[in-house]
Amino acid sequence: MISVYYFGAITLILIGLYAVLVKKNLLKILIGLSIMETGVNLLLVSVGYVAGKSAPILSEGIGPAQAVDPIPQALVLTAIVIGVATTAMALSVAIILHEKYGTLNVEEIRRLRG
Amino acid sequence: MLKRALAIISLLIIGYWLAQGLAGVPFGEDKMLVGQYYLDHVKEQTGAVNAVTAIVVNYRGFDTLGEVTVLFIASTGVGALLWRKKRERTAKTEGSIVLTTGTRLLVPFVMLFGVYIFIHGHLTPGGGFPGGATIATAFLLLYMAFITYEIPHKAFEKTEGIVGMAYVLVGLIGLAIGGYFLYDWIWQDWKFGADNIGRLFSGGFIPIIYTIIGLKVGTELSGIIDNMLKEEVSE
Repeated sequence: MISVYYFGAITLILIGLYAVLVKKNLLKILIGLSIMETGVNLLLVSVGYVAGKSAPILSEGIGPAQAVDPIPQALVLTAIVIGVATTAMALSVAIILHEKYGTLNVEEIRRLRG
Repeated sequence: MLKRALAIISLLIIGYWLAQGLAGVPFGEDKMLVGQYYLDHVKEQTGAVNAVTAIVVNYRGFDTLGEVTVLFIASTGVGALLWRKKRERTAKTEGSIVLTTGTRLLVPFVMLFGVYIFIHGHLTPGGGFPGGATIATAFLLLYMAFITYEIPHKAFEKTEGIVGMAYVLVGLIGLAIGGYFLYDWIWQDWKFGADNIGRLFSGGFIPIIYTIIGLKVGTELSGIIDNMLKEEVSE
C-alpha cells in the first residue's frame, strides 16, 4: 500500500502534467507547471521523513537521533527558489506574448507565426 | 474529447509507473546515510543548531551560490524582457482608506519580521530566502495599496549588486585563509562563539551569508514585482 504523501505528490504531478497537455491558455499551462513543481517538492520532502521524529533543528530535547533527514529539505529550499525564478521568467514572456499577439491561446499564437 | 481521454489514460499509466517505482522507497523509515553524519556533526563543525541552513550555507554552499545566481539571472531576464523606454504604473484606483492606513501600519512590522527571519537563520526555521521573500512582500503591499509608489531604484540596484559581490567575497576570503572556496574561517579558525552555540552570536559565517542572501532576494523579488506592475505609456 502506497503512502498517502507519495500518492498526493504523484497526483499533484499528474494534475500539473494534465494541465500542460490539455489546456490552451498559456496562463493555465503555467499554473500546471507550478502545480507540478509543488508535487515534486512534496515528494522530495516526504522521502526524507522518518516516522516519529522531529524537525532537524537541534534544540533542547531534540538530539541528532530525534531529527528527520535534513538533506531533502535543503534540496527543496533550492528547488522552490528555482521554481519561483522560472515562473517569473515565464510570466514575463506571457506578458510580452499578450502585448504582441493580443491573445494567450497557444494554438492561435502558433497560427499567427510567420 | 478524444484528446482529453487519451491524456488521462496516458497520465494514469505514468502515475501507476511512478507509484510502482516509489513502492521500493519505504515511507517513514530511516534512510539516512550522509544526513546522519550532518546531524551528528553539525554543532561542532558549523556552530549552528539548524541543520538545514547549515547544509544550505556551509556543507553545500556551492548550491546556494548557484541558486542566488539563478535568481539574479531571472531578475535580470525579467528586466530585459519587459524593458521599454518609458514605463509607468498605470493603476487608476487608489486602495481604500482601510487598506492604505493598514499598510502604513503593517509594513514596518513585516520588514522587521523579514530581518528577524534571515538573521536567525542558524537558530530557527527560515533563513535568507524566506526572509528575503517576506521583505519583498512588504514592498508588494506598498505597491498594492498606493498607485504612485515606486521602489527607490538606484539604491535597490546598487544594494543588489553589492551584496552579490559580498557573497563571492566572503567565499574568496575563505579561499585565501583556508584553502577552499566558501571556507568558514569565522568558525574553523577563530572559533567565534564556540561557547555560545544556540544563541545569536554563533554559527560561523551563516548569519553573515544569510544577511547577504536575504538582502539580495528581497531586492531582487521587489525588482521583479516592480517590472511586472509597470506598463508602457504612449505619449
